[in-house]
Amino acid sequence: MTGPPIVPPPSPEPSRAGAETAAPSEVRKFLLERGSSALSDRAFRWVMLISALSIFAIVALIAWELVARSQLTISKFGLQFFFKSAWDPVSGDFGALPFIYGTLASSLVALVIAVPLAIGLAIFLTEMCPKFLRGPLAFLTELLAAIPSVVYGLWAVFVLVPLLREHVNPLLMKTLGWTGFFAGPNYGIGILAAGVILAIMILPIISSLTREVMTAVPHMQREAVLALGATRWEMIRMGVLRNARIGIVGSIILGLGRALGETMAVTMVIGNRPEIVKSLLGLGYSMASVIANEFSEASDDLYLSALIEIGLALFIVTIIVNAIARLLVWAVTRGAPPRVA
Amino acid sequence: MALQQNPSKATQIRRMLANHAATGLAVLSTILVVAPLVAIFAYLVYKGASSLNLAFFTQVPKPVGESGGGMANAIVGSGILLALGSLLGVPVGIAAGIYLAEFGRGSRLANFVRFTADVLNGVPSIVMGISVYALIVLPQKHFSALSGGVALGIMMIPTITRTTEEMLLMVPNAIREAALGLGVPNWRSVLAITLKTASPGVITGCMLAFARVAGETAPLLFTAFGNQFRSMNINQPIAALPLQIYVYALSPYDEWHRLAWAGALVLIVLIVVSVSLVRYVTTRGVLKGAN
Repeated sequence: MTGPPIVPPPSPEPSRAGAETAAPSEVRKFLLERGSSALSDRAFRWVMLISALSIFAIVALIAWELVARSQLTISKFGLQFFFKSAWDPVSGDFGALPFIYGTLASSLVALVIAVPLAIGLAIFLTEMCPKFLRGPLAFLTELLAAIPSVVYGLWAVFVLVPLLREHVNPLLMKTLGWTGFFAGPNYGIGILAAGVILAIMILPIISSLTREVMTAVPHMQREAVLALGATRWEMIRMGVLRNARIGIVGSIILGLGRALGETMAVTMVIGNRPEIVKSLLGLGYSMASVIANEFSEASDDLYLSALIEIGLALFIVTIIVNAIARLLVWAVTRGAPPRVA
Repeated sequence: MALQQNPSKATQIRRMLANHAATGLAVLSTILVVAPLVAIFAYLVYKGASSLNLAFFTQVPKPVGESGGGMANAIVGSGILLALGSLLGVPVGIAAGIYLAEFGRGSRLANFVRFTADVLNGVPSIVMGISVYALIVLPQKHFSALSGGVALGIMMIPTITRTTEEMLLMVPNAIREAALGLGVPNWRSVLAITLKTASPGVITGCMLAFARVAGETAPLLFTAFGNQFRSMNINQPIAALPLQIYVYALSPYDEWHRLAWAGALVLIVLIVVSVSLVRYVTTRGVLKGAN
């Protein structure tokens, strides 16, 4: 985790790749063609190729299964499915709006809490932290990422929810109740609880990627700003954050992608009621948790198809969100020396 | 800013204050991040350790109302599921990584495969669960350990592929050419020379993937399904540690809550040990030998 050395970057990517493929390839080509093992080599190559293609096949198969199995609701409700708030398995009337609302609301709460903390942590770790603390702290946040979702849920049910119910929520209702976002019965569980636990879960992702893009900012930038007489904060703001902002946005979006698809912890604390309430203390339902809760009891085909269509929507949304995030992060870290964790 | 001849006193104070405020906020957010982590771990160890005993590892769950019992079946079940997952995920993941690094360098197909691996990595685990349900459980008409293993295996592939590729790219070309120059067939040179040189890194990738799926619950809900009894049959529903924790956490019984905490502690210890091993391997320069 030491920063990149202060030598002029040796323009790593293109030239290295070029040197590897250009010069030695003739030797290698000659050696490969001269070999007497053409048959086994070709077989080996095919096996490897098939394995690589199987990744594509799996993704395609997932997409196809999801589309095929949700045909019933797609043809019956069309796009209307995503704008209706009815969820009545008995009379066969389905709409995904409450779940979309619950997913978005809890993810946004998570982002509002996690983003400032994650960026603050990244700034501390890359720019301010004494060296002996950096390793342990980075390791601790990595551990935060390794804790399984269900364990977060367990902790949330027995520690976070009582804490919210007894201390935090009454305070919020008293001070911010007039906004309407913190009104109503105080269950402890609900959208706010889901948002808080999601925030803890996505923090390490956002912060480690932010750290990565901040490390990728050349040291010369920092030194130049400092040499102009800037304070440390001004150096961070002008020299580092401004250069890394695209990558930071990318890491936030990646965190959002994780939050949208998170299942177990959210299911355990969001309240599981398909309603749209303005208050964050109210009970909600998310797309992932409705699948987790109701999939195994979905008795008729239409019900099952509705749940699978929600899964399909989740699949598409996370692909788009992840693709955008990867592009943004890649745009910043491309060409930078690889980070050795 | 630098051209200003006489920065006023007020500006200077303002800049100093902003600097200190920023430092303070960064330290504060670090504390706020570390606090829940410490809280989770402390509470987990406290609750888990007080309910862990030998019975937890040797007995199957007791019916409601009876005290005692353990999660032996879930531990064995998780082991079987993870073994099945690794059986699928490790070979396919490594082979795909070999393709990307050794054969497909720079080709459009390789970029495409790399992108789909990233897509697969981002698929929410619950969606993976219903897809495998539709693919395997529905045609078979019953839940099975096999389908759970397949779901976990698929989730392992992208991580393993990407680490394998990165590690293989670090192996110097001279080594490959030396092997070829000695008349070694290409397939043997890849397997016995290149892959072997990169093996610490590849193993790291496998363990990371393993640690990631070890705690997965959502993909097992509709595939492995869970089981209250000891079962080793991969064609039958099987218990898994994360599933059992989920069910017990939401139950109204104190005895089951106790078992859930113990299970969570066991799971966390398993994961932390493998992540720490990975970190040890990556920081101790074992990998740098390949560079």
